[in-house]
Amino acid sequence: MAKSQVAMKINGKTIEALVEPRTLLIHFLREQVNLTGPHIGCDTSHCGACTVDLDGKSVKSCTVFAVQANGADIRTIEGMANADGTLHALQEGFREMHGLQCGFCTPGMITRAYRLLQENANPSEEEIRYGISGNLCRCTGYQNIVKAIQFAAAKINGVPFQEAAE
Amino acid sequence: MIPGAFAYHRPTSVKEAVGLLAQLGDDGRALAGGHSLIPMMKLRLATPANLVDLAAIAELKGVRADGNDIVIGAMTTQHELIGSDLLAAKLPILRETSEQIADPQVRYLGTLGGNVANGDPGNDMPAVMMCLGATYHVMGKSGERRIAARDFYQGAYFTALEAGDVLTAIRIPVPAAGHGYAYEKLKRKIGDYATAAAAVVLTMTGGKVGTCSIGLTNVAETPLWAQEAAKILVGSTLDAATVKKAVAAAEAITAPAADARGPAQYRT
Repeated sequence: MAKSQVAMKINGKTIEALVEPRTLLIHFLREQVNLTGPHIGCDTSHCGACTVDLDGKSVKSCTVFAVQANGADIRTIEGMANADGTLHALQEGFREMHGLQCGFCTPGMITRAYRLLQENANPSEEEIRYGISGNLCRCTGYQNIVKAIQFAAAKINGVPFQEAAE
Repeated sequence: MIPGAFAYHRPTSVKEAVGLLAQLGDDGRALAGGHSLIPMMKLRLATPANLVDLAAIAELKGVRADGNDIVIGAMTTQHELIGSDLLAAKLPILRETSEQIADPQVRYLGTLGGNVANGDPGNDMPAVMMCLGATYHVMGKSGERRIAARDFYQGAYFTALEAGDVLTAIRIPVPAAGHGYAYEKLKRKIGDYATAAAAVVLTMTGGKVGTCSIGLTNVAETPLWAQEAAKILVGSTLDAATVKKAVAAAEAITAPAADARGPAQYRT
């Protein structure tokens, strides 16, 4: 099958490439652009480990063709840190609150939480849990992931983070 | 999982899309949000030789009022339905339903048109559209047709759509101000299809049911409009005995299949 020319902005950099129409965005990112932060977990649109930010939407890149993303602006976990190399508030939150154990789901969790906080700067615990319901974690039981996102929201809003009493 | 090879088309008008699909015949499939079709293609249960992506067609987007109707472009996503102030004011059942479909990532891409046109009895919107008395605008090679949602579903994955047709918009008459509504969905977990679900829209006058309409999801090969059950409720005070009779009438038209979500008896 003839390849298609695509161009997209990924983590601020314009990438041009030839792709087969059937190439999934996750395979394109991992194998052609060498961005292996987005993970392939279930490969069936359930787990959210492949989540990337695409034109202001959180999407599961295992269920999007690279040709559909032609012209898009994409951000992966590799583009999350600040320009000076310091960690994004979410990355810091996941470290400080122990929001990961094996870490496999973390890139998807952080890119999803990034969009959630863009849309709702101060989400309640319930809104966080609903907002990350498309991302599965098999280690943590979610408690510390929720705290990590609360930590990040507080930091971005410039208010002290108060951990809820257990 | 890697889908079979296909050629990709990205028309920018409905006319162009309909022309392409007419020319491709059985070798072409329309692609909306892709969250039913792409998983099927990854499993090679669908192997279209051509995909006609509807994403670049601006006229398929958006929510607008047209007289006493709301018209929703087929490529409007569930995320956009949830965010629409017009729908929140006029048709709040659409937000309630959208919030129960799949998960946030899927809702950013999944469309209303794809959900109603796919013909999957597990999709949530078809029963809601039957409940609301919606009409689908369909563009084909011989022009536009309008098909009532209540006449659209023929069997699992079989609908009134013909090869080359594109469902362009969904037209919904706005229910009376102050109407009651609910979409109740029983599911095993977030992201799952309904084990069973029901949509109800009703109005009350002087303590009695004035009008009522009921749609049912995933309890037969097609979504169902429970006309008899609604008729039983009209004029009642929703007392327990009448509700019981209506439930029996709704159950009578179901034909649920046993699957991983439970045996047939559990689903009704």
